[in-house]
Amino acid sequence: MEYSEKVMEHFMNPRNVGEIEDASGIGTVGNVQCGDIMRVYLKIENDIVTDASFKTFGCGAAVATSSMATELVKGKTIAEVMQITNKAVMDALDGLPPIKAHCSVLAEEAVQAALWDYAQKNGLTIEGLKPPKDHKHEH
Amino acid sequence: MLYLDNAATTPLRTQVLESMLPYLTENFYNPSSVYTPARKIRAAIDDSRQNIASVINAAPDEIFFTSGGTESDNWAIKGTLEASKRGRHIITTETEHHGILYVCKHMEKQGCEVTYLPVDGEGFVKPSDLEATIRPETSLVSIMLANNEVGTIQPIAALSEITNRHGIPFHTDAVQAAGHIPIDVEKLGVQMLSLSAHKFGGPKGIGALYVKKDTPIFSLFQGGAQERNRRAGTENAAGIVGMGTALSLSAKELPCELPRVSALRDTLIREISEKIPHSILNGTTGENRLPGNVNFSFRFIEGESLLLHLDMQGCCASTGSACSSGALEPSHVLMALGLGHELANGALRFSFGTENTSADIKKLMEILCPAVDKLRILSPLYDDFIKGVN
Repeated sequence: MEYSEKVMEHFMNPRNVGEIEDASGIGTVGNVQCGDIMRVYLKIENDIVTDASFKTFGCGAAVATSSMATELVKGKTIAEVMQITNKAVMDALDGLPPIKAHCSVLAEEAVQAALWDYAQKNGLTIEGLKPPKDHKHEH
Repeated sequence: MLYLDNAATTPLRTQVLESMLPYLTENFYNPSSVYTPARKIRAAIDDSRQNIASVINAAPDEIFFTSGGTESDNWAIKGTLEASKRGRHIITTETEHHGILYVCKHMEKQGCEVTYLPVDGEGFVKPSDLEATIRPETSLVSIMLANNEVGTIQPIAALSEITNRHGIPFHTDAVQAAGHIPIDVEKLGVQMLSLSAHKFGGPKGIGALYVKKDTPIFSLFQGGAQERNRRAGTENAAGIVGMGTALSLSAKELPCELPRVSALRDTLIREISEKIPHSILNGTTGENRLPGNVNFSFRFIEGESLLLHLDMQGCCASTGSACSSGALEPSHVLMALGLGHELANGALRFSFGTENTSADIKKLMEILCPAVDKLRILSPLYDDFIKGVN
């Protein structure tokens, strides 16, 4: 198994680490069983993601996909964020080893879970957004 | 480079390579041929067999060369089951190497019954558990001498005392132990014992199975009459010679190396315990732990990411994490010790060999401490812990 240079670069120097004090939405996905937990913080103003950050427990790919996902969503409208798939995250990292593809799925889910939290708090409906999966009951 | 993964494999020692070279060059003859140059190869193979036998207190004709630990383990189980008149029940443990565990799983599909004995929190099997699971049809007990992940050394003599009373053959996988702790097959009371050369400074692709005289076992391979009709195939003469050199050398150095490497182990255990909070030693302490084995779980962080950080700074170690296994399941050994997913996923193994010194511990700590800190800052679990959530 080999990581791309881009994955290693994001792993060693992750962007947007930490929490946003006054986050508009926070999403946590994953569980310790599968070895990955991602928490994404989004700051949303006027329908635009003005800031994003994360905390992740997980392997190299989990850290790199969190880092890249938060980079990709910054400055985008909510509708645009909804279009960012796990594949977009993977592509931006020049790919992931097949066994690590689930990490990019987790990154997409973490972003959407944060959007869900934002929508719940503000009584909004975001088109195409589903409630986050409860990972605790999987496996 | 800081190599702390000697339980995975060891570097080939210079003296070993030198002893092997003639058998890769001018002494290329088939040892089964009758002419004079070939007889030299036969003699070298017999010398090596004699050396290995004397190190483990066996007779030379009880040593059978194989392609390594995995073949030895496969042979011990399949060969014994096929030859057994008792029945088709195997007793083993939950913490065996895959070389045993997956063979047992395969045998279950072939209609065998397998009992997997549990271990306690430090990895030990209880002799009374073994006694309680023996049945009239039990045809083999296989329990490793020392565990590859956490270094726990099983009380083999106490366990084999039970099987010997019942007349059941006992096999032990001594792949991690050989060359690192004294091995005496008589004192261990076992009928079979697996060895692998590359774990003690020898070459890869060569190992041996000790089979005590009169132990019923069928051959895995049919073909030529090599290894007294027990293991067909032209001998790996260079490998066999290298294995003999490596084991003799390790045995000669053991009185110095065992206390020296044990001291390295204990220093690292102390350093990590003192300097890295929320780190938990896996396995046991003292003389029932392999001299070179250190295994820690670092809470709130995942093993593969820590391993990558070490790797980026030239340090080689290994992890029990699910992410690195390819199976997305954490180490079966750590789970059997009762660790739980978070701790099993956060486990790292450092294993020392003859080339390591106390300077390596200093270097490791300089890399390890900041890497753990960096990953904890990233960790939502650490965040929750600090804030008192859960």
